[in-house]
Formats: sequence, structure tokens, C-alpha cells
Amino acid sequence: MAFRDRDSGSYAAGARLSRRGLIRGGLGVAAGVGLAGGLSGCGSALSAGIAGTQLAPGTVMYWNLFGGGDGVRMVAMQDAYTKSPGASPLQAATFAWGNPYYTKLTLATVGGAPPDVAISHLTRMQNLATANLLTEFTDDMLSMVGLSPSDFNQTPWQAQKLNGKSYAIPLDTHPFVLYYNVDVCQKAGLLDSDGNLKPIEGKAGWEAALKAAKDVTKAYGASVSTVGDTATSWRWFTTLYSQRNGNTPFLGDGGRKLTYNRELTLDTLAYIQQLTKSGLMPANTDYAGAQTLMFTGKAGFYLEGEWEITTAQAVKGLKFGMVPVPTIFDKPAAQADSHTFVLPRMDRTEDQLKRAMGFIKFLLTQSMTWAMGGHIPAYLPIKNSEAYQKLLPQANYAKAAEFAVYDPPAWYSGSGSNFENITGAQIGLVQQGLATPQAALDSIRSQLEIYARTESPL
Amino acid sequence: MTTAELQTTATVARPSRFDDEVGGPRTQGMTRAGWLFLAPFAVFYILFLIWPVIYMVITSFFNTSMVRSGLGSFAGLANYHEMLTKPDFWGALWHTIQFTIYTTPPLVILSFVFALLANRVRHAQWFFRLAFFVPFILPSAAIALIWTFIFTPSTGLWNEFQSLLGDPAPLPVLGTPSLAMIGIAITTVWWTIGFNFVLYLAGLQDIPRELYEAAAVDGATPWQQIRSITIPLLSRTTTLVLLLQIVASMKIFDQVYLMTSGGPGVSTQVLLGLVTNTAFTDNRIGAASAASVLLFIVILIITLARQIVESIQNRREA
Repeated sequence: MAFRDRDSGSYAAGARLSRRGLIRGGLGVAAGVGLAGGLSGCGSALSAGIAGTQLAPGTVMYWNLFGGGDGVRMVAMQDAYTKSPGASPLQAATFAWGNPYYTKLTLATVGGAPPDVAISHLTRMQNLATANLLTEFTDDMLSMVGLSPSDFNQTPWQAQKLNGKSYAIPLDTHPFVLYYNVDVCQKAGLLDSDGNLKPIEGKAGWEAALKAAKDVTKAYGASVSTVGDTATSWRWFTTLYSQRNGNTPFLGDGGRKLTYNRELTLDTLAYIQQLTKSGLMPANTDYAGAQTLMFTGKAGFYLEGEWEITTAQAVKGLKFGMVPVPTIFDKPAAQADSHTFVLPRMDRTEDQLKRAMGFIKFLLTQSMTWAMGGHIPAYLPIKNSEAYQKLLPQANYAKAAEFAVYDPPAWYSGSGSNFENITGAQIGLVQQGLATPQAALDSIRSQLEIYARTESPL
Repeated sequence: MTTAELQTTATVARPSRFDDEVGGPRTQGMTRAGWLFLAPFAVFYILFLIWPVIYMVITSFFNTSMVRSGLGSFAGLANYHEMLTKPDFWGALWHTIQFTIYTTPPLVILSFVFALLANRVRHAQWFFRLAFFVPFILPSAAIALIWTFIFTPSTGLWNEFQSLLGDPAPLPVLGTPSLAMIGIAITTVWWTIGFNFVLYLAGLQDIPRELYEAAAVDGATPWQQIRSITIPLLSRTTTLVLLLQIVASMKIFDQVYLMTSGGPGVSTQVLLGLVTNTAFTDNRIGAASAASVLLFIVILIITLARQIVESIQNRREA
């Protein structure tokens, strides 16, 4: 039904256009080709706006939030798409990362003019789906372009589901990982005969490795940001917390309850503080500072998301490796998020849907380009391919995607959210030794309780 | 002098209202025509100004969401309670007031000084008038671009200037919590000074020349002339400029959003920024409305306080 309405709408706009075009043709003769061109561009935008039709029919509109190295690689993938046979014209737009992006995506969808395809973080797309802003991916839609749920890494695939329905197609997983400086670790005797990091197991093994590295660097064993970057502090804490037996999600009931395990939380915070107090890890370093410590050999290890691979590769003379964060407690776990493709809610014609799905499928097949930036492909035909297995150091930490831990779902949670800001700020104070674990948790609790009590706007 | 003027305008205004009340058939017809002429504007005014304000007050008592239709569940005073107990809200309110304190005095005093100087220029006065006013006609996005460019850390114009003066590692203006708001204030002064400048210039040109001539004959120095003639005769303009300026500064949004988006951290987050984030990022129209109502009340209090001070002054002069 909706399809037919839409078609008649665009037909009406077309008729009006041609009538205007006639008058404009006369004008064009008088006023010159350039002016007429300008007018007709303006006219079609206006009539499309009034009639509510597509601005550029037959085009795939695609929004994303990729800057830096990711941006360059995404543009390369888009270029490959436009050059591929049978591709539709593509209009891609990149917006500033984080809240501004999701604000635009939400407003565009509510306002009835969303892009055909958009990128969203998995932890953010849950909220978009709850707010009824996304179109569900049915198995029929997937098979339209030869995809099926079994083509994807099941950790992000299951995590994106809402009430058993799929609203996102995962592109990657980007976990919190351990970087190591090869020269430092070599001297500290932490590498095996092949030059790979020997497995680190348990608290004892982790502290021993840090001490060995500290003896070489004369400064720190490992570095992680403690100042000015709330997200990293949260990632580090939740990675360790999730490694413990008996941990419960930090938030429950869609964010209406705080369900963290109090003892384990306090103990994990205490451990994080102990690492900085003992001088094995720096107490005061920001995002860039933590990197520099490892890059310049003042720390043997560095903890951050795998996307910093591009920065590390750009450092001249730096030899580094990457592995999943060691199992310091009971079981492997690493905080992570995924970039996913979503279809903002709108009425789509069969053609529009086919174009959108074709575009997503093509970008998935370009996952190898994407993997260069560190992200672990979610599309298994690429992840299991020989080429990816040979891609180093990416392949070394790829198994971290299997035990990825996503932020707990809540309307105020997700990457770069209020939740990460509140918890991360306090964890940062614990790292710096400015707050006791007890005081930090009390503060987190009192701040989160306000949000937990507030009715979800979704 | 000024109070006398004020009283005359007040008495002039009264009879017209009196006419309306008597309302002969002719005036009644005219009133109807008047309303008719007003109607097109009134419709827009009610639709896009009055109604949204009413709607804002209503939604502030509900859990209204941006992504759901309708008002949502009744929240009572919960939204107000949340805002009034939230450190973010008080922080944003303080930053808004901080910005007002930084911008209002320079925008009033400098524009007065510049208007005075421009008014004394005999030749090419048009050039000075244009030079001061031109930034004002530029859109905020262009202004933000220009000044972010000037304040670029390490390579920007301001950085170069500080290096020339011997500072080996100048702090990035927009990247340092204690400096970011000053950077935004400087940008704003440069941008909007033209408006106040024009108001003052118009005020200056209304002052009769004879007064200055008489003062000069009596042997008053130029400084005495400014103090005893110009400043008192411009007090109406100053009142207007001050009020407009305070209200405009309290409504600061564009420059902050474009230049620092509230950062670094939340050190330049202003109230309207908080309102926008709550409404369009958190999707909480209800809570954002409550914050807007609170800002509205703050502006109302400042305006009333100013008016009370003014009436006290007037009474004392009279």
C-alpha cells in the first residue's frame, strides 16, 4: 500500500517538474545555460521536499561516523562499490563521531528523511531499535543478497538482537586489547622463540610480566589512560570485572536496576588501584600519553581498543604486537563494541530495499580493507579466509571477538554515553588514587540511580 | 532632562488608549481593520512563538519523549527536581552567567567608545561604520570557523603571536578549560559589537549640537562634555543595549556548539547546550523543557531586577 502511495507521489512530482521544466527551458534560452541549470537543481529539491519524495531517486544514501584511518578505509570501500558493476549512485556523508551523529540520525528518522543505510554502534543501535527507529532485517531480506545469519560471528549477531528480532548487520567487533612493545618484551624475556608474546595467565603471571617489563623500561610495566578519557577507564574496568566468576551485568532490566556484584566490583577497583599504586602502571596519563609511554619504550604494554593500530603503525621504528587482554582472573573476556549497518525506519520500495541490501553486502565483502584498521570482521567468509589469517598482528587478537563483552543495555548506556562518562570518571579517580573504591562506587551508584529512576524516553 | 523626556512620552501614550476605550463607531471600524492587518503576523506569532512556549511549560511536567508521540506519562515536578539537583545543570548555568559577565561589559563599553570615536571622524565615516558592523552580518558558522582557525593550537595566528612575544609553548585557547570560555567571549565581542555600535551611533546623532556649542562657550573640556552631556543623554540607549545584551548573552548557543561543543570536558557547556543535549540526544523533551523553563525564569529575574534598579534610579533623579 505504502509503496503505491509513494509511487504516485513521485509521479505527481515528476509531472510538475516537467511543466516547470518547459517554462524553464524558455528562460534558459534567454538567460543562458548556467542559470537554467542552477534553477532546475533548486526546483527539483523544492518539489521533492514538498511532495515528500526522494531527492535523488535510485541513489543509495549512506551515513557514517568514520574519521581518521577508518574514514580513509571506508572511502576506499565506497569507491570500490561505485566502481563495481551494477552499483547504484552513492551519496555518502560522514558526520562527527558520538552523540552528534546519533542525534542527527534520530532526528532525520523522526523527521521522515533518513538515509537508506546508516552505520551505528551495536550498543547504540539497541536504543534506536527500542525507539522504533529501525527497520527489522528479516531472513528474506538477508537471502535477497545471499546472506544468512550463519555468515556472521555469533557474538555480535546475538548481541544485536532485540526481542529475538534482528535490527543490525554487524560489520566488525572492536575489542579492548593488549599492545606490547617488542623490544622491551624481548629484553624482559617475555617473548618466545618466534618473537611472539608468551601467554600471560592469572594475576601472578600478569604482575610478573609487568615487573619484568618495568625492570627494562625503568618507568612502567603497562600503561592505560587514567585522565580525561572516561571511556578507556570504563573499558579497562569492565574487561577485568567480566573476567571474574560470578560477575553480573552492571545494569539490569533495561537500565532500571543496578545489578552489579558489589564485592567483585569493589575488589576489581581495588586491584586496578593497586596496579597504579605499586607503580607498575602510571597513575596520571591521558589517552595520548598512555600511547606515547609504550611507543617510546617507557612501558612494555599498552591497553586500548584495537583501532590504535593505525597510530602505532605510523610510529617510525616501533615494533609492536597485539594480543587479547590476558585472562588475569577466571575466564577470558574483553570489553568491545561493534560497528553495524542499520536501516532507518521508512517506507521502502522493493527497489530501494534491494539497493540498500546490495550496498551492505558489497561493503561486507570489502571487510578485508576494513580489517587493516584493526577491526575484527564479523563477516565469517572474510574472517575465516586465508588472507585474514595471514594478516598480522590482526589475526593474533581475532579470538577476542569470541569473548567480547558489550556494555549493558539501557537508554543512557552505550559507547560514549552518559553511563560510560559517569562510571569512567570515577574509575579514573580510582586509578589516579584520588578516590577509594568504596567512595567511587558510592558516587557511581548515586549518579546512576537518578537515571535508573527516570522513565526511559525510548 | 532625561526624566522629563520620559514623562512626555508617557503622557503622549495615554490618550490613544483613552480613545480606544471610548470607541466611537469610526474607531471601532479602524480597530477591526487593525486586527485584520495584524492577523497574518499574529497567526505566525501564536503558532510559532506563543504556542511552543505554552507547550514547553506543559511538557516540562511530563515524561515527553522525542521518539514517541503524545505527552507521555505525568511526571509532576520530577523533571524540575532532577534539574535542580543535577551538578551538570548548575555547571551549565554558571557557564552561561560566566559568559554573560565576560561579554556584556566589553560589548557595552567598547561599542560606546567606538561609536564616540567614529562619530568624531570628519572624513570617511562610512568606512568606520562599515568596518565595525560587517562582522555582525556574518553567520555564526563563519565566525566560528574564522576564530577556530585563529585559535588553532601550535600553528594558529594567536599561537604565533604568543610565540613572538616569547611564550615557548602557548596553551591552546579552546583546548584549555580555563581559557576556552574567554576564547568564545572574544569571538562574540568581535562578532556582535557592531549592533550595539550602531545603536550608540544613532543615539549620538540625536543629541543636539547646540548643547555641545553651549558647553564649549562655557569652557567645558571635551571630557567634561562627554561626561555631562553625552553619557546622560545616552542613558536610554545604554539601558536598551544593556538589556538586549544580557538577554542575548544568556541565550548563548551557536558559538559554543560550533567551537567547543561544550568542551573541553564540560567546561564551556551552557544551558542551551544542556537543553539541546537532553532534548535531542537523550530524547527527553520533558526534562529539556523543565531546564528551558528554569532558564526562562532566570532571564525573567534578571530583566525584572534591571527594571527595578532603573525605576529606583529614575525616582532618585526625579
